Amino acid sequence: MNATSLLVFDGLLLCSIVGLAWASLASHDERRGVILFIAFGLLLAVAWGRLLAPDVALAEAAIGAGLSGALLLAAVRKQSPGSSRTHANPDRNRSESGAKVVLQWLVTLLCAALAGTLAWALLHALSSTPHDTLPRAISDNLVASGVSNPVTAVLLNFRAYDTLLELAVLLTAVLGIFALGQATAGYQPAGPVFDGLVRWLVPVLILTAGYLLWVGAHAPGGAFQAGATLAAAGVVLRLAGRSRIGLPDGFALRIVMAAGVGVFLLVGLTLLLLGRSFLDYPPAWASALILLIETAAMLSIAATLLLAFVGGQPQSAGVTAAANRQREEISR
Amino acid sequence: MIDLLSSLLILAGLFFYLAGSIGLLRLPDLYSRLHALTKADNLGLGLLSAGLALHAQDLLMMLKLMLIWLAVLAASATSAHLIARQARRQETGS
Repeated sequence: MNATSLLVFDGLLLCSIVGLAWASLASHDERRGVILFIAFGLLLAVAWGRLLAPDVALAEAAIGAGLSGALLLAAVRKQSPGSSRTHANPDRNRSESGAKVVLQWLVTLLCAALAGTLAWALLHALSSTPHDTLPRAISDNLVASGVSNPVTAVLLNFRAYDTLLELAVLLTAVLGIFALGQATAGYQPAGPVFDGLVRWLVPVLILTAGYLLWVGAHAPGGAFQAGATLAAAGVVLRLAGRSRIGLPDGFALRIVMAAGVGVFLLVGLTLLLLGRSFLDYPPAWASALILLIETAAMLSIAATLLLAFVGGQPQSAGVTAAANRQREEISR
Repeated sequence: MIDLLSSLLILAGLFFYLAGSIGLLRLPDLYSRLHALTKADNLGLGLLSAGLALHAQDLLMMLKLMLIWLAVLAASATSAHLIARQARRQETGS
């Protein structure tokens, strides 16, 4: 493939991404906006692929397009049951739309400021010579990191602090979700066709999550992508109206939620006790420790994302099944 | 020889994508649009992945491409069914 055709492809990709972003923001129908946003996320993943960043591409496709899309669709569904908002009081509508315009401008200004800062940072990084010191430092130390995928080496070893804090942010988010109280009972049981898909898709998703976790050590993949894939299996189960969506009950769920941060801290503190500095793995153990932390992180990430989709504390399986039965009886 | 065959398969795949997209834009109602899009795109992706599989470095890569096609086949058939059923339910009002 020659340079010109690639340039044409990149140009088309860029125009499509910007066009989809605009169409998604300008859409008056929220559901249409969300669907356009999902398409935008998928094309963004292709763009990351073109930038030779397959790790980011995977994360964008799984979290940015897939799970965020599912979350937004669920939010739209919750917000407008039966599209009754068009009959709302016109006075209230007017003041609401005034506030909406102010909010829109505020968000636009903040986004422009962020874009400006990022562009400045990029220009600054490109103009400072030499600008490949960081990649070189990583490839020089890769042997000692315990993994051969540079992205995993940075996330779980060189900059493990950042990942620990990211997991702490996720734990805080899930505590916020729990503060919303009990989740709704969920969806109606699926028909035979969808149920047939679920039957084989969910095991494949779980298998893929395990593969992504394992392969993260030497190729694109890792805890975040694996966690998102595992959460997707739960989302599919919930959409199919199953009473059990893979989340454990009660205390076990809390352990899974905290496992990522917990194991990370435990490893760090143990290393401190052994006289090393915090999260400074001994090279001989690095590989195993990273896999241990990533496994716990995957479970926590999956639980967090799934709980975000459920939108509150999950009811225990028995309660959900009873609610489903009750609803079936009413619909009869 | 392989290049020619692979190009032919990919071009045929693109033709079906084009046909499906035109169908989506031009056909009158949801059911026929869904029919055009799902069937043509499934065949298009099949031809495309067959064309790409000829360029694959090893058997594993070929198998992965086929797996992607099969997964999309099942997922798109199911979603087409779900969309059509939902539309029909809204139509009949039950």
